[in-house]
Amino acid sequence: MQQQSTEANKPTTAPGAAATPAATRPNDVSLIDRASVLEEADAISHYAAPVPSNAPAKMRTRNVNLYYGEFHALKHVNLNIPEHEVTALIGPSGCGKSTFLRCLNRMNDLIEGCRVEGEVTLDGIDVYRDLDPALLRCRVGMVFQHPNPFPMSVYDNVAYGPRAHGITKRADLDDIVEQSLRDAAVWDELKDRLDANGLGLSGGQAQRLCIARALAIAPDVLLMDEATSALDPISTNKVEELVGALKDRYTIVLVTHNMLQATRVAQKTAFFLMGEMVEAGPTMQIFEDPQDTRTKDYVSGRFG
Amino acid sequence: MAEAVQPAAPAPQPAPQAPQAARARAKRMMPKKRVELLGGGISGACAGLATLLVVTLIFMVAQHGLATFTTDGISLASFFGGTTWNPHSTDDAGAPLVGALPMIIGSFGVTIMSTLFVFPFAIGAAIFVVEIQPTFGRKVLQPVIELLVGIPSVVFGLLGLSIIVPFIRGIAGGTGYGLLAGSIVLAVMVLPTVTSLSIDAIAAVPKSYREGSLGLGCSRWQTIWKVVLRSALPGIMTALILGMTRAFGEALAVQMVIGNAAVIPTSLVTPAATLTSVLTMGMGNEAMGTMYNDVLWSLALVLLAMSLAFILIVHLIGRKGAKING
Repeated sequence: MQQQSTEANKPTTAPGAAATPAATRPNDVSLIDRASVLEEADAISHYAAPVPSNAPAKMRTRNVNLYYGEFHALKHVNLNIPEHEVTALIGPSGCGKSTFLRCLNRMNDLIEGCRVEGEVTLDGIDVYRDLDPALLRCRVGMVFQHPNPFPMSVYDNVAYGPRAHGITKRADLDDIVEQSLRDAAVWDELKDRLDANGLGLSGGQAQRLCIARALAIAPDVLLMDEATSALDPISTNKVEELVGALKDRYTIVLVTHNMLQATRVAQKTAFFLMGEMVEAGPTMQIFEDPQDTRTKDYVSGRFG
Repeated sequence: MAEAVQPAAPAPQPAPQAPQAARARAKRMMPKKRVELLGGGISGACAGLATLLVVTLIFMVAQHGLATFTTDGISLASFFGGTTWNPHSTDDAGAPLVGALPMIIGSFGVTIMSTLFVFPFAIGAAIFVVEIQPTFGRKVLQPVIELLVGIPSVVFGLLGLSIIVPFIRGIAGGTGYGLLAGSIVLAVMVLPTVTSLSIDAIAAVPKSYREGSLGLGCSRWQTIWKVVLRSALPGIMTALILGMTRAFGEALAVQMVIGNAAVIPTSLVTPAATLTSVLTMGMGNEAMGTMYNDVLWSLALVLLAMSLAFILIVHLIGRKGAKING
C-alpha cells in the first residue's frame, strides 16, 4: 500500500491515461497482487456491520479550510461524523486526511503558521470558538501513528490523564486503570506488569496501552491516526477487533492507508484527495458503487 | 577504511592464476595497508598519551598527597577532623595544626549553595527557550548564554568583588566576604553551563511525549511539568552535577570574594576558605618535599577525588537515564 500511495503524486486523474503507462511499467506485479488481494478479500465477506443510516452526527465540519502558511492543505471540507460508528478517512499520502483528523481535536494548533477557517462542531458546540482546546481534547481523545507511551510505568501511563484532571484517590485510579486496560484488550497481558516501564512493551502492547490511556479520560470521540501502521498483522488484527468493540460506547474516526482495514472496521468512509473530501458515504457504497470517478479509480487500485 | 580494503581483497575467484598474479595483487594492496597501520598507530598513540597523562597526574597527586600521612606521620583523623589550619605551628602535643575540615566545609558549602541558586534559574531559562518562545530563545537567548560560558573566571571574581561584596556588606554588615558572596559568584559563573546543558536535555525529549500529553487534554504547564521535565530529569541532573564539578574546582573567583580565613564558618557572611583558595594562596610559598607542601598536595588529592566522584555520578545517571528512556 505504501508503494502505491507514493505514486499518487503523479498526475493520473484520468483513468484512461493512467491505464496506458501502467501496462508498460515493469512493476505492475504489485497491481496483480493488489487485484488478487482484493478478490480474495471479496470472497470472504469482510465488510463491517452495515450502517444504521440515520445515526445522528456527533461531530460536523462545515466548509473547513486549513492553511500551512501559504499552502492550502484542506479545501472546503464538509463531513458528518455519525455517533457510535466508525468513520474511516482514506486517500493517498499527503491528501490531508491526517490533517483533517487533527482539526477535530485542534492538534493543529501546535503547528506554527497553521490557520483553520470554517466550523467544526462537537454536539453542536463550535470547537474553535466556544471550547478550550484542553477541554475539547478531554472529550476527543487521540491515538497516534507511532505508539508513544510515556517513560513511566504502565499504571502511571494510564493514570496520567485522570490524575491530570484531578482524580487522586488510589482506589478510583485503580478502577480506572483496570477498566481502561480491559477496554483496550490488554489487561490480561499487562495485569502482572503494571509497574513495568511503558517503553519496554512490544509495539502492539504499547499501542493498546496508548488506547487505554486515551480511554482513561472517558472521551466521547476517539481519533486514531493510522494507529496500526506501525504494528505487525497480529497486533493490527487485535486493534481492529478492539475498534469494533469500542464503537458501541465511543464515536471513532480513523485514518488508514489500508483500504481493506477500512472495509473491515468502518461503517462510514470518506475519501480525500489533494486536500478535498471527494466523497463520503456508507463504506459498502464507497467501495462497491462509488459515485465519483476519482473514488472509483482509487478504490479499484488504478492509482494511489 | 575497512570497507575500502574489502573489494581489493582476493575474493571468491576460482584461483587458476599463477602465484605471481596473486603476489602482484598483494603488492598493490600494500599502500592501503600501510595507511591503515599509520592511521591506527597515530590515533592509538594519541589515545595512549591522553591515558598516560591522566594516570601520571593521579599518581603524582596521590604520591605527594599521601606522603602527608605516610612520611610526615600526620593522622587521617587530625587532617579530616581537625578544625585549625596553621601548618607552621604545632598544638600542645607538638603535632602540626593541619585540620582541613574548615576548607572541606567551605568547598562543599559554596558548591551546594551555588547549585541551589542556579537550579531554578537554569531550569526556568531552559523551559523558556525550548517550550515557551522557541524562536526567540533559540536565536537570541541561547547564543547569549553560550557566550557567557567563555568569560574568564577572574572577570566574575572582579564583578563579585565590586558589586556583590559591597552589597552584602550593606545588608548584613561585617566585611561582606564569605560563603554567601562566594556562592553567588559561583552561581553566576556556572549558570550558563547548567542552562545550556539543561536546554539540550529538554530539547531531546521526543515530540511524541508532548503530543501524547496534550492529546489527553493536559495544559502546556501540566505537560511540561509531568512529562517533559520528568523524562529530561537525568539530563538535567547531569547538567547540575557538571555545574557542581566546575564550582567545586573553581579557585580564582572564589578566592577573590570568600575572605580566605581558614576557620569553620559561623555564618554565611563571615570570611571562610575553600580547598582551592588555600591551595592557590599557599602553593607558591612552600618548598617542595616539606611537610607544609605535602599537606597542600593532600588538599589537592581531596579535590581530585571529589571531582572523580562527581564524574562517576554523571556516568551512573547517564546509564540510568538511558535505561529509563529506552
